[in-house]
Amino acid sequence: MSEASVMTDELRKQIGVAGEPLVVEMEKGMLRKFVDAIGDPNPLWSDEEYAKKTKYGGLTFPPGILAAIMMVGNRPPIEIPLPRGLDGGGEWEFFEPIRPGDTLTIECKIGDLVERQISMGKAIFIYHDTVWKNQKGQVVATSRTYGLKY
Amino acid sequence: MAKQLYYEDVEVGIDIPTLVKHPTTQQLVKWAGASGDYYQIHYDKDFAIATGLDGIIVHGRLKIAFLVQMLTDWIGDEGKVKKLACQHRGMDLPAVDMKCKGKVTNKHVKDGEHCVECEIWTENPEGRKTAPGTATLVLPSRGK
Repeated sequence: MSEASVMTDELRKQIGVAGEPLVVEMEKGMLRKFVDAIGDPNPLWSDEEYAKKTKYGGLTFPPGILAAIMMVGNRPPIEIPLPRGLDGGGEWEFFEPIRPGDTLTIECKIGDLVERQISMGKAIFIYHDTVWKNQKGQVVATSRTYGLKY
Repeated sequence: MAKQLYYEDVEVGIDIPTLVKHPTTQQLVKWAGASGDYYQIHYDKDFAIATGLDGIIVHGRLKIAFLVQMLTDWIGDEGKVKKLACQHRGMDLPAVDMKCKGKVTNKHVKDGEHCVECEIWTENPEGRKTAPGTATLVLPSRGK
């Protein structure tokens, strides 16, 4: 006997819906806290005099900054009647360095919704497609990430 | 910092130098503040257990940041992380060693970029790959 499906037409209509663009100012203090939290002593991220001598000409953020939850943008609100949630992972592509002083505009939309059977029962996998652009209009990075509600 | 890695230094099949992390609960609090992830399963033990977990677990996104560090430690200032993919397959508990590992699976030149593809993962003390993934790196070439 299989469990009832939790996917509905109403949920399916949410595919492609975008959240409001989110503007984030990338600051030195943020960079310092981020690098300290990871425990990464690489002077490329923390020693400005060192970083100035590299091809970047100054401090940049480690690309992992875009994995931080505060950098995912505004996810469109979606009601999924399943009580628990987990981060699934995703894939990122990096194009331009991110520097303190940059202003990033983040656009996030629901890329897909897929129902799957997992060991804990029925789950809905939510895929988010995100684009990060800087103040010059350059695409800094893109990603497709996913989480699940079960 | 680390010596510069060149495309010619890399052979398919070689291991990326292991990075050992030991995320304490204090580090998880620092990460929560630095990344904006205040989900209580990462710092409130009672909450974590009530959701069915064994205890506080390490943030998945912190594991990704650790894997990025493993890569940037290896590739030097002239190298670049071009792509990264990671799936959260297992939970990791804090206050134990987490090994960030990787292996080169392919290398090729594409659109003028010298690319190295790798399999990457975080490994718990029992040897289980909790966050497996892949990465594409761009390295400088001595040939230029």
